[in-house]
Amino acid sequence: MAGALNPSYFVVLSAALFTIGIYGALSKKNAIAVLISIELMLGAVNINLVAFNKYFTPEAFSGQIFAIFVITVAAVEVGLGLALIIALCRRRNTTALDDLDWLKW
Amino acid sequence: MIEFALNYAWLVPLLPVLSFLTIVFLTRPWARLSSAVAIGAMLGSFLLASSLAWGVFTNPAFIEEPLHYSLRWLGMEGFTVNAGILIDPASAMMLFMVSLVALLVQIYSTGYMKGDPHYSLFFAYLSLFAASMLGLVISSNLLQMFIFWELVGLCSYLLIGFYTYKVSAREAAKKAFITTRIGDFGMLLGILFLQIQFNTLDLLELAAVIPNFAQLGVSLGLLTLIAILFFLGPVAKSGQFPLHVWLPDAMEGPTPVSALIHAATMVVAGVYLVGRMLFLFVEVPGSLTVVAFIGAFTALFAATIAVTQREIKRILAYSTVSQLGYMMLALGVGSLSASLFHLWTHAFFKALMFLAAGSVLHALHNKADVWEMGGLIRKMPITGWTFVVGGLAIAGIPPFAGFWSKDEILLVTWEYARHGHALGYLFFAFAALTAFLTAFYIWRLIFLVFFGPEKANDHVHESPLSMTLPLLVLAVLSGVAGLIGTPWTNLWSTWIHFGDAHSGEPAYLLMLLSVVLALAGIGLAFILYCKDQDKQAARSLAKKYPALYNLSYRKYYIDEAYTWFTRKIVDGGAKVIYLFDIYLVDGVVNGLAALTKGSGQGLKYLQTGKLQTYALIFFLAVLVLTVAFNLDSANALAHLGGVK
Repeated sequence: MAGALNPSYFVVLSAALFTIGIYGALSKKNAIAVLISIELMLGAVNINLVAFNKYFTPEAFSGQIFAIFVITVAAVEVGLGLALIIALCRRRNTTALDDLDWLKW
Repeated sequence: MIEFALNYAWLVPLLPVLSFLTIVFLTRPWARLSSAVAIGAMLGSFLLASSLAWGVFTNPAFIEEPLHYSLRWLGMEGFTVNAGILIDPASAMMLFMVSLVALLVQIYSTGYMKGDPHYSLFFAYLSLFAASMLGLVISSNLLQMFIFWELVGLCSYLLIGFYTYKVSAREAAKKAFITTRIGDFGMLLGILFLQIQFNTLDLLELAAVIPNFAQLGVSLGLLTLIAILFFLGPVAKSGQFPLHVWLPDAMEGPTPVSALIHAATMVVAGVYLVGRMLFLFVEVPGSLTVVAFIGAFTALFAATIAVTQREIKRILAYSTVSQLGYMMLALGVGSLSASLFHLWTHAFFKALMFLAAGSVLHALHNKADVWEMGGLIRKMPITGWTFVVGGLAIAGIPPFAGFWSKDEILLVTWEYARHGHALGYLFFAFAALTAFLTAFYIWRLIFLVFFGPEKANDHVHESPLSMTLPLLVLAVLSGVAGLIGTPWTNLWSTWIHFGDAHSGEPAYLLMLLSVVLALAGIGLAFILYCKDQDKQAARSLAKKYPALYNLSYRKYYIDEAYTWFTRKIVDGGAKVIYLFDIYLVDGVVNGLAALTKGSGQGLKYLQTGKLQTYALIFFLAVLVLTVAFNLDSANALAHLGGVK
């Protein structure tokens, strides 16, 4: 069945997205870029949830519903994250994560 | 009255306790009132004690069967201590003597301590001492006795250091306390051993069980150890060699204290205690020999020191040590009767001489060197003549008290030697030589202080009546106290004895010998210190034999030896332990702390504060854990196998 969709495509796509997200989250200096990277990782998880639901348990909707939950939480998280970043920007005039090390020894 | 005294014997020590508390908490600001309270309480004690003594000595039943009553004091499973009262002729005699001397000394102190800023406190301490001493005397239990024993030690400490502004007094107080503690430690061990082995500390019960020690599974070796440990307490308290060093220094205290505590009462507590425990010592013949040897040696040793001392109270102090040696010697040869007889007579004539010396010091404003005194008998006739009575008594001139008791000791030592104890002859020689030296040094003092030319004592006058009255009473007692124990009227040894009452024939030869020795001593002192106005002969003797003179004058360098020992050995040992503490004990503790601190110092760099570093570590950890757990599971292994 070459050419037809099969689950491994979704898994590979999701893994690629997640890895890109991890890389971005760990390496980006800008807090907003990190936030975007985290969204990428959440997107990767959503793809997995929907694909596995479609291919392995088509009679149930738990994967779909879980994906909707994740999207909701992600929206909230972005809202909160952005609020923090704005507050940070106002006080410290920076969005660089490297400057946020006041809690060390 | 007698019935009352016998039933309420515990009141005798209680009255001075009450006066102590009254003075400390109520009457301290009023000096005269305080002394009146103390003397009143002491008078009550004395009256009770004397009627009690009368009751005991006139009733033969008490002489055979002691009066004993006790209450359960404390107890637990297998260990009970009864506190109580034991009245027998020995304790009745001690009660009478202690309360009498304490009363006289307190009366004397009203004159001697007049104007002292701590006058009330002095009387409070004297009361506390009298209470402790009287309590010690009538204790029926060793633990109870030990507590009083420590209490008299405490009072001694407080009173030696009474002039707290004097460094020497403070040092002497510490020395007395620490030296006697050494002995007390041994004694406490002995008491504990007795409790463990015989399961009782009651004197009468111990007297009943100790003769059967073999049946109770106690070896003779252990009993010897107990006796020797126990003997350490009396050695320290009664100033026996080698723990005698504190007693001469104790003369730093006020003179009434020296008379009461360091001559008549507390220092004889050791003799009294050994006498009380004689049933233990007779079971171990070796320990009795030790007691006798230490006694005889101390008697001679202290007498040779007293010969060259210059301070009036120091001479008397060494004399006390020497006489205590006599008492120990008498106990060591097994005669309780002779020992306590000497204790009895010694209390009077030695207290008399101390109080008279105090009167002299009072008049001379504490110039203590006998070489700077002279001819005082014309200015202070009562003090002088009472001192002469004391001197006759201690030298052993009949019919004064000391003659009878010293003669008794010489007699029992001689009989001990004749009954096959070869060492007895040595003890006898020591005792006889001491008798000669005693007469010599006391009369040296008397001739130097009271006779001869007058020296710079223009303002000297006789002490007030409060001081001379006790002197007169004690002088009378020094004259007659021995008459109850002469070989012809030997009431004493029918009252107080251990085993069978001893009643020997009068040993006229021995009496003659002791009188000759005493007269020789007095005569020599007369030639050297009275007839010879410039004391040329005495000085040239000291110059001729400087080594001997210095040996005696410097007290055989015992103090120096102890100082060397503490400085080098004790302090050296302390130094080693100090280093051990600093480097090993502290090193381990500080090292642990340093390790914690150092590792924290090193590991703190992990705490970068950078969120992404934490996230990276977190991510890697999850990765590693995922791989590790899945490697472990059989499923994953099968899956990997399938992939291959």
